[in-house]
Amino acid sequence: MTWLAIIVAGVGCYLLKLAGLSVPARVLDRPVVSRIADLIPVALLAALVAVQVVATSDGGLVLDARALALAVALVLLLLRAPFLVVVFGAALCAALVRLV
Amino acid sequence: MSDDRGDDRRTIVRDGLGVGIATGAYGVSFGAVSVTSGLDVLQTCALSLLVFTGASQFAMVGVIASGGSPFAGALSALLLGTRNTLYGLRLAPLLDWRGRRRTAAAHLLIDESTAMSVTRETTADARLGFLVTGGSIFVLWNLFTLVGAVAGETLGDPRDLGLDAAVGAAFLALLWPRLDRPLHRWVAVGAAAVAIGAVPVTSAGVPVLVAAAVALLAGLLASGRPA
Repeated sequence: MTWLAIIVAGVGCYLLKLAGLSVPARVLDRPVVSRIADLIPVALLAALVAVQVVATSDGGLVLDARALALAVALVLLLLRAPFLVVVFGAALCAALVRLV
Repeated sequence: MSDDRGDDRRTIVRDGLGVGIATGAYGVSFGAVSVTSGLDVLQTCALSLLVFTGASQFAMVGVIASGGSPFAGALSALLLGTRNTLYGLRLAPLLDWRGRRRTAAAHLLIDESTAMSVTRETTADARLGFLVTGGSIFVLWNLFTLVGAVAGETLGDPRDLGLDAAVGAAFLALLWPRLDRPLHRWVAVGAAAVAIGAVPVTSAGVPVLVAAAVALLAGLLASGRPA
């Protein structure tokens, strides 16, 4: 089932790319369409951050080492740290918190 | 064009490779995160080869890690993948590829290859920036995905390494450059709140999709005002 989902995501994402290069650009002339299209990644990524940090696998909500790690990531981003430093800095923080 | 064109092209190649190396290297974080989400090394590498658009890949393994079905993960990946369609719409007249070349080039259409070609003034320069950036990322992203996946699998319990927390940080880092406008910041806060509210009452993977409605609503309500 995981394999099928991988293939669906792969083929779908490829077709989305190809469609962009193939469809006439007039679609974007409608401001509502282009605005919603700009906002969808923002909403999805923000939701993913939230769910990833406070949700448990059984549908509960909890503040734990992950929330602290996200705060570290936020500080690193404010300091303009590169992507890898932000990601592994957060991981290191969570790992250290769980050690103590 | 003037005769310093050769220098221009060297600059385009150098810039493209720079972005390619920096971006490709973080395939290692995707590889590590993906195997700790429950996918095996082969599935992880297949995602990087076939999906090849970072945010979608992270979204898919993120949903699977939180207990969601792989298909809810794939749906999140596709929703995030819609922005590549927009990039394509903007780039199509500039790159001006047709037929088989367009079919092949489409796979390289991602954030970085767009950024490194959309500002070029000629089709030749845009194609060069697109191919050098997209091509170098494709090679390195897949290579580093394999490295990260193998390392992640041999390192033991992902929670001890804090790799579950790395996913949230990765999403935040991807979101960060998009928070440059007040409307975007409001949508981000609203979507996060809606998603958290939906966690206890829906199954895993669904809260993220519900939050996409915030984008829809905000896009419709903001009509008539400058974004």
